[in-house]
Amino acid sequence: MMLVKPLLLVGLIYSTTIFALSPEEKGLEIATEVDKRDTGFADSKADLVMLLKNRHGEESTRYIRLRTLEVKGDGDKSMSIFDRPRDVKGTAFLSFTHKVGSDDQWLYLPALKRVKRISSRNKSGSFMGSEFAYEDISSQEVEKYKYKYIKDDACGDSTCFVIERYPVDELSGYTRQVAWVDQKEYRPYKIVYYDRKNALLKTLTYKGYQQYLGKYWRADEMFMENHQTGKTTLLSWKNYKFGNGYTNRDFDRNSLKRAR
Amino acid sequence: MLARLFLLFTLVGVSSISLADQGEWSGYVAAEWRGFTGSPLDSEQQGDTTSVSAQAEYYREWENGKQSFRFTPFIRIDGRDTQRSHFDVRELNWTTVHQDWELTVGVGKVFWGVTESQHLVDIINQTDLVESIDGEEKLGQSMLKLSLVRDWGDIDIFILPGFRERTYPSRTGRLRTSAAVAVNHAEYGSSSGRDNIDAAVRWSQSFGDWDIGVSHFSGTSREPRFRFAVDHGRTVLIPVYDTIDQTALDLQATKDDWLWKLELISRSGFGDRYTAATGGFEYTLYGVTDGGADLGLIAEYLYDSRDSLATTAFANDVFLGARLALNDEASSELLAGIIVDIDDSSRIASIEASRRLGDDWKINLEARFFSNIDKQNFLSGFSKDDFVQLELAWYF
Repeated sequence: MMLVKPLLLVGLIYSTTIFALSPEEKGLEIATEVDKRDTGFADSKADLVMLLKNRHGEESTRYIRLRTLEVKGDGDKSMSIFDRPRDVKGTAFLSFTHKVGSDDQWLYLPALKRVKRISSRNKSGSFMGSEFAYEDISSQEVEKYKYKYIKDDACGDSTCFVIERYPVDELSGYTRQVAWVDQKEYRPYKIVYYDRKNALLKTLTYKGYQQYLGKYWRADEMFMENHQTGKTTLLSWKNYKFGNGYTNRDFDRNSLKRAR
Repeated sequence: MLARLFLLFTLVGVSSISLADQGEWSGYVAAEWRGFTGSPLDSEQQGDTTSVSAQAEYYREWENGKQSFRFTPFIRIDGRDTQRSHFDVRELNWTTVHQDWELTVGVGKVFWGVTESQHLVDIINQTDLVESIDGEEKLGQSMLKLSLVRDWGDIDIFILPGFRERTYPSRTGRLRTSAAVAVNHAEYGSSSGRDNIDAAVRWSQSFGDWDIGVSHFSGTSREPRFRFAVDHGRTVLIPVYDTIDQTALDLQATKDDWLWKLELISRSGFGDRYTAATGGFEYTLYGVTDGGADLGLIAEYLYDSRDSLATTAFANDVFLGARLALNDEASSELLAGIIVDIDDSSRIASIEASRRLGDDWKINLEARFFSNIDKQNFLSGFSKDDFVQLELAWYF
């Protein structure tokens, strides 16, 4: 049994490193725990109001309904249905996120009744003219970043892990993101984004966490501030509902055409 | 007759909805001004025009969306062209959804296809040509549509009673054929004429980054042939609707920044069997400005095996276009393109732009310029009809 010894050896090395995780390993461990604690919710739906403000204080709003289906072993499926502005009412966006490789995305244009397969390469582009990029709102899979633990830091009433994450995809608009994750519930508290030139770009803060199904935390508000342009976007989430019994049929091209 | 039965069925189905269950209305009202840069080919044709249009949609769903009803009336009142003034029921249908099938009965609208410059494969609905010469505006079509959802793809089966004739501008209208189309004298190739019940079937599936559709249509052609005739001493075109069979393929490969597209049809019953195709790509450059604008570059080749005998203007043409999306709060967009006939160098250039004003208003600009149009070209009637069109729409 030639194999036994090397395996034992590997096991030994691994168990010793548990006690002395490198910053990279600890960062990954935290991200994995965040993901693990949000696994098993099966499906959800929610209403979203986006409030966009420019540096002159001019406001515009968007109303979107969002449905999500958890997919075991891969990224989530999601459907976004636009209610306002009224000229885009009925427009719907279907996305299959993948842990590895590019996502699949379809857009439904109600005026022409046309379903368009679109490229998912536009990661850094603005979602609906907001300060959120597509990559900020898409399903946050562990595999999409490399990680590094930085330090512990006070956040609100509790203590947070501060980790840096580096997008794996070269098309990302960021060199790095610094995330504060609370140590008790492993919920994101704040994320600071640095652009491709590693200059401070945006800060996202989460507010008003509510627990659903006795387990899953969702923030009522997410506030994104762009430090370079002075523009802000406030996402207000309402009517979260879990256990809708969604299946793949609720996330296919037929349901996209019917989305209301 | 069958079309009326369908409507009755729809209304009976809908009347079973509890009245307490509220539906919702949405839609728009728009004012349009169309200015022509030159005097018309025929002195009888009008100059600049203004018109108003409105579309409303009533939607109601029940049983958690498993059943729904939709009613979408449309109206345009044109200041000059009486044939452009028209009312149409774009949709009036009831849909029921089940785990592996869906059924829609009533008047509906269906789009098939992937390309941008023309829509060869799209055949379920008749073109509402007086609305726009780009062929993207459609009349409502009464239908029974059964969709079967299977692991190996979706099958859509259509029974299509109640043929709709294409709309055309009147003799005094602009953007018409050199001789006006005598819409009240349409003829039919088959003995059953306009009472023929058409049928169609389409299979579609996604394989990774490939989306494919194969379809067959059997029935009255949405596109007419023309026959010259004399009406009250004037030469007119009589539209003749033949009975055709059309087999089609639409294909898109989504490869990173590249969308590769192909539409292919083979049609019989419309003169000799022929083949037509549109194929090309759309390549997108993301974030070309600091504001995060995207620029899409489109190139397509338009082919028709009938060549100079083709009944469309695009037998051997190239389309080049650019699509700019600013991704700003106003959703500002611009699409500019040109179609060039390789054989006779006839050209159509077009610009379409739009942006939102405030929350509920939208302004649309459309301009088309016809240049170097050969006398023999299908577009010769448009040669003096360069126009700029502005539309202001209010959404509710």
